[in-house]
Amino acid sequence: MQSPLLSVENVTVSFDGFNALDGMSLHLMPTSIRVLIGPNGAGKSTLLDTIIGNVRPASGRVVFKGEDITDLNEYKIVRRGICRKFQAPGTLENLSVEDNLNLAARPRRESWRSFGVGIASQVRARVERVLERTGLKEKRKSLAGQLSHGQKQWLEIGMVVSSDADLLLLDEPAAGMSLDESAQTAELIRSLSSDHSFLVIDHDMTFVEQLDAPVSVMHMGRMLKEGSLNEIQRDPQVISVYLGREKEVAVA
Amino acid sequence: MKKWLSLSLDIALLAALVAAPLYLSAYHLSLLGRFLAMAILSLGLCLVWGWSGILSLGQGVFWGLGAYILAMHLKLAALAPGDMPDFMMWSGLDHLPGWWTIFRHPAVALLGVLIVPTIAAAGLAWLVFNRRVSGVHFALITQALALAFATLLVSEQAYTGGFNGLTDFTTLFGRYIVDPSFQRSLYWITVVALTAAYLFCRWISHTNFGKILLAIRDGESRTRFLGYNPAGYKMIAFAIGGAFAGISGALYVLHVGVISPAMVGVVPSIEMVVAVAVGGRDSFIGVILGTLLVNFGKDWISSAMPEMWQFGIGLLFILVVTLLPKGLAGIPELRGQIAARFRRSAGAPALEAQTLAITQKN
Repeated sequence: MQSPLLSVENVTVSFDGFNALDGMSLHLMPTSIRVLIGPNGAGKSTLLDTIIGNVRPASGRVVFKGEDITDLNEYKIVRRGICRKFQAPGTLENLSVEDNLNLAARPRRESWRSFGVGIASQVRARVERVLERTGLKEKRKSLAGQLSHGQKQWLEIGMVVSSDADLLLLDEPAAGMSLDESAQTAELIRSLSSDHSFLVIDHDMTFVEQLDAPVSVMHMGRMLKEGSLNEIQRDPQVISVYLGREKEVAVA
Repeated sequence: MKKWLSLSLDIALLAALVAAPLYLSAYHLSLLGRFLAMAILSLGLCLVWGWSGILSLGQGVFWGLGAYILAMHLKLAALAPGDMPDFMMWSGLDHLPGWWTIFRHPAVALLGVLIVPTIAAAGLAWLVFNRRVSGVHFALITQALALAFATLLVSEQAYTGGFNGLTDFTTLFGRYIVDPSFQRSLYWITVVALTAAYLFCRWISHTNFGKILLAIRDGESRTRFLGYNPAGYKMIAFAIGGAFAGISGALYVLHVGVISPAMVGVVPSIEMVVAVAVGGRDSFIGVILGTLLVNFGKDWISSAMPEMWQFGIGLLFILVVTLLPKGLAGIPELRGQIAARFRRSAGAPALEAQTLAITQKN
């Protein structure tokens, strides 16, 4: 059997006595998509924070490509091949669209190796592909700060993609996007899943359906249920968790 | 268009500096020389503050290290073999300490001027930035450091010359410092050093390193989550700032012939920051102009009304921060903003759109 790309093993994260994650486990295979849903406060973002090293677990561990990364520095985790798009927009405002992507795509990220002026040809090619896919080709020389909200979202997805990381964590990638745009985003993610694994948080059930991937439901810092979107939507436990919000789950 | 403008500004400034001995009196030329030496520090501060977002209120420390090391060499060069500086004898020392004597050799002194401030800056940055201390906390640490440095210099009179500092220099590399030909060479050396520092900054700004500095300034944690360790980048930037400060201090000592604790403490360190803010902290040419403007202004005001300078610099800082957040370098874009505001208040939106279209075309 193939070994998982990422294993979150029995992780507990505590904020002032409140367990944001409470014995959470999750396994992700290479080149797969997993959607993470759950009510507000279920611990979805905290899970991503823990994987990327932004939050340190009180117990449990995170294993990536067979290596324990629980206590690594954030930037070292990223260099091992995990990249995350945050919920809040995080483009670099005073750099051009192109430079934003170039920085995300550079494989040599140590400070003493940054004194070159040029950009490696494979980086250039990757950035070119991303510009094409995200429709930002015309805007390549604009400063990121001058983009519209939707374009910033695309740029940020583009940055994560151009990092060429094996595991991409997307926190609400389709937030604030039109139906069209979010359909395109889903399409982009699916087409890239032949090379990368994705862990995607989103509330928008139309978008989740378009991703056409297994869904994990979190509740109170734990894994509640895993399965196809169909199974999940029929599951009585899931429905009771979303009590009063059935519509949100059933929108599809 | 913009590139062309900035290049012609560079060339005009360089031409004005090269021709300065032709149109400036000896007195004003010597002032210009020392202010150009200060401009080297400002370039370093531009990289540290403007590009990396690290506000340092202690640049006087690194400047002072460079200045004192060269002053120690000058002091030793002025002595007959076997003699000691007068203040050491008054303080009851019976022999020169070893860390003084090593700077007797000119090469060691020059190397010290370059290396000691750089290592001091890098060490501080390494300690602080790896612990993710930044912003106002870092500014306060550097200010405390400037205070401590000046206090230490005063209190260790036997080794540093105390409150009076080091002065009475005669020769450098066997040439008399007061000699007009030496002063002329010194001016040229300063212009060359400043030009080199400026070109170095321009080069840095085009490298990936320069872009990553901007990225860290605008989004430190975002940059970290792209796999970059901001502490390393900030440390290198701060070390470059320290090196520039050291060179600046050493040249300054040669221009004025004295260094004392009052020149390296909290107030001078703040004046350095003000000069950079006035020029526009992220514009290399802006900080050079700002440094010249503020220092000539200081000279002018403090000779006319000696008490007024501190008020003057305070007022200047407030005005710049509130009205010209990008300093002198922000004036070209400001013109467009003011014009747009005028048109808006005049209620001529159609005209505004038209002009906008024209300016964009250009």
